[in-house]
Amino acid sequence: MRILYGLAAVCAAALLLSACGGGDDADKAASSEDAFDRNPYPSTYAPYPNAPVLITNATILDGEGNLIEDGSLLLQDGKIVALGADIEAPEGAETIDATGRWVTPGIIDNHSHLGVYPSPGVTAHGDGNEISAPVTAEVWSEHGVWPQDPGFTRAIAGGITSLQVLPGSANLFGGRGVILKNVPSRTVQGMKFPDAPYTLKMACGENPKRVYGYGGGRFPGGAPYSRMGNVAGYRQAWIKAAEYKRKWEKFEDEGGEAPARDLELDTLAGVLNGDILVHMHCYRADEMAQIMDMSKEFGYKVTAFHHAVESYKIADKLAEYGACSSMWADWWGFKMEAYDGVRENIPMVHKAGACAIVHSDSDVGIQRLNQEAAKAWADGLKAGIDIPKEVAWTWLSLNPAKSLGIDDRTGSLKPGKMADVVVWSDDPFSVYAKADQVFIDGALMFDRDHPETNPVMDFEIGQPGEGDRK
Amino acid sequence: MIRTLFTSVAALGLAAAPAFADTFVIRGETVWTGTAQGTIENGVVVIEDDRIVTVGGADTEVPGGATEISAKWVTPGLIASFARTGLVEVGAEDSTNDTAAAMSPFSAALNAADGFNPDATAIDVTRIEGFTRLVVVPNTGNALFAGQGFVADTSGDLDTELDEKAFTFIKLGEAGASLAGGSRQSAMALLRAALDDARSYPARYITQNDGAVLNRIDAQALSSAARGQQLILIEASRASDLNAVMDLAEEEPSLKIVIVGADEAWRVAPRLAEMNIPVIINAFSNLPGSFEKLAATSENAARLAAAGVTFAIANVGDSSHQARLATQLAGNAVANGLSFDDALAALTSAPADMFGLTGYGRLAPGAPADVVGWDGDPLEVVSAPIAVIIAGEQQSLESRQTRLRDRYLSLEESERPRAYTRP
Repeated sequence: MRILYGLAAVCAAALLLSACGGGDDADKAASSEDAFDRNPYPSTYAPYPNAPVLITNATILDGEGNLIEDGSLLLQDGKIVALGADIEAPEGAETIDATGRWVTPGIIDNHSHLGVYPSPGVTAHGDGNEISAPVTAEVWSEHGVWPQDPGFTRAIAGGITSLQVLPGSANLFGGRGVILKNVPSRTVQGMKFPDAPYTLKMACGENPKRVYGYGGGRFPGGAPYSRMGNVAGYRQAWIKAAEYKRKWEKFEDEGGEAPARDLELDTLAGVLNGDILVHMHCYRADEMAQIMDMSKEFGYKVTAFHHAVESYKIADKLAEYGACSSMWADWWGFKMEAYDGVRENIPMVHKAGACAIVHSDSDVGIQRLNQEAAKAWADGLKAGIDIPKEVAWTWLSLNPAKSLGIDDRTGSLKPGKMADVVVWSDDPFSVYAKADQVFIDGALMFDRDHPETNPVMDFEIGQPGEGDRK
Repeated sequence: MIRTLFTSVAALGLAAAPAFADTFVIRGETVWTGTAQGTIENGVVVIEDDRIVTVGGADTEVPGGATEISAKWVTPGLIASFARTGLVEVGAEDSTNDTAAAMSPFSAALNAADGFNPDATAIDVTRIEGFTRLVVVPNTGNALFAGQGFVADTSGDLDTELDEKAFTFIKLGEAGASLAGGSRQSAMALLRAALDDARSYPARYITQNDGAVLNRIDAQALSSAARGQQLILIEASRASDLNAVMDLAEEEPSLKIVIVGADEAWRVAPRLAEMNIPVIINAFSNLPGSFEKLAATSENAARLAAAGVTFAIANVGDSSHQARLATQLAGNAVANGLSFDDALAALTSAPADMFGLTGYGRLAPGAPADVVGWDGDPLEVVSAPIAVIIAGEQQSLESRQTRLRDRYLSLEESERPRAYTRP
């Protein structure tokens, strides 16, 4: 993390004392951190209060590859405190007897458009693609997120505790993604995962060339018109970003007048600096291989390929490079680059030693990512890829957390991490299992049997539905 | 010459093998019949030629020389009750997509069977998940009337027999309003006028080619439905739209109607039950995804069952390539209060009855032999078929997807590229 997030973090850095301590020489600092605020829309989320909770007699998947029978889990002050066989309940703790039930880390969906393509999907709500140009790295998805999207409430009923909301895939560079805690709030700032890195959405293949090359009813609509044009478009943008980065580095080294800011290049330079994580929509194996080379050409890293329908064909190369694949269990055939989808993509990627993630890209799929993982797990098993369930769960929590740069704080039930926890009615690899209780930072934010703990968004109030199960 | 002859005989033998109907004894730890026999533990299903001849317990007398299959579960072949499988190869590639014709001069007359491709790769993909019959529904182009749907099996045989013109498909609600020029009242006026046109075919067309809304060809195609001799499948979701359909059905009691979508059906369930109008639902629908689905709930199926409405479950949202997910949908309906038997009936006997597929969707003596053996509970996401039998013929469990998977199970290329591997 070269660029720090949040004023508090900036103040913590000793070299920047002047900017925070009210020193007289603040205007002399020649630093990009000083020149402008890197975090002008900071998270205001704080965990909600909850008594300590001791979950007992559960089958626990700890999210790091271990299964604990008859296990206990203690949540206190928003954190996982203890995990094991015999844990004593602290004073004032609520005990949940989870006999016959399963406990897992909360599911993290690293590919959602909740909020930017909310329900109802009316024209006025289409805030997920800034289609006005092929390079729109300057837009931030959080500025399109409607926190009243009822989809967030359905997702929590499916055990989703954090999610990444991405811009769509129309553009070569679609803009910044935002990482949210799945906690209802009046503002998107109230949902933002504290001190999470920013991400950049990019897209390969058919979508950019279709939207721009064939767009607007004109022929040709403009660049990119082909996959060649896609790659040229990325490379031209990276060249501009490298130049912009050099100007800022010169300013940091030599002082003088700060370079003119460019919102688009702020984001791209942030990638080249290693501060912003690249999440790239890419279906075809051969395209992913090209993109990996391009990232080496410009000195950055693709954190995760999304959809990655053909990752199984180059799983070895993905493992060697170190990119995650964020995948569906079984979507295929809706367009040419999705034609070679196979049900075993996820386990085949895992088997090659590459990072596998189950994602939704859907307000329906996000409600049951455990079932999507179960399908992939079972299809893998039938094809001879035997992965224990407790290892397969890394597809749902720890690996997506890694892809978002938040795995040091969530994604598994390791003591000290955020108490983002789901109590399932049954083995979550079963279609019949439901999330009974969902804790976010130790607070009970969803309890299936208690309607007062089922959030309902403003849009649904006074409507005939008013939530899923009125 | 000799070599050529040998090769062709071998090829013939290989290709012909699945075509011979056989005698099968299928044993299941759990046999779900869909009939008064209920669920039989350690049951036996015997198939001779293209029919089921016996369904019974472990002591059932079985014929000698039969092919024996053992499965955890045995069910009737599943029916995808709202599918576009076989009409489209790649969704976004128009040249491969025959689901709709936005520029066609015809609407109700479009016969989807003319566009069916038994080689569509999605058919194998759907079959190997336990679906043996597809109710194939055309999509609307530029009019309320999408045309004539059909029923096919999932064998993928080039000579697949089609039950053509099994129903006509019409959209109401938001989609219908849009197709009708902008409002629901326009859609209802058009529908009523079209039914009048179709009922007066051919009389009113003797001296003219056009009716109030339908041309001669479309009126002819809609005439059976308008006269109550053909099923009308209507898409509608909002409670008031469902009431509008039921109002129409009361005005014209001869019409045979099934409603698809029906996201708010639970709110008008008693009336649907009383009028005996079945529905096909998407059991995942629980979001106010549009203003016609504000009351969508994951308990729709359970509430319809409690009210006595006949319903089928289908993947209405992705009906071409993912019709296979109806089992997962049904399993989720069970998780949300539906009984297991009602859920499995919603994939078998209920759609069979809706579409007049006599004998299908049940394991019963004399029934057509569409039977599936499973490695577990068929509604579980971790289960899969181990045997699929259509009309007494055991089917391949391969698809283009399983072939691709097998090619890449190893990424070893030190001797030759993967392109030389044909698993």
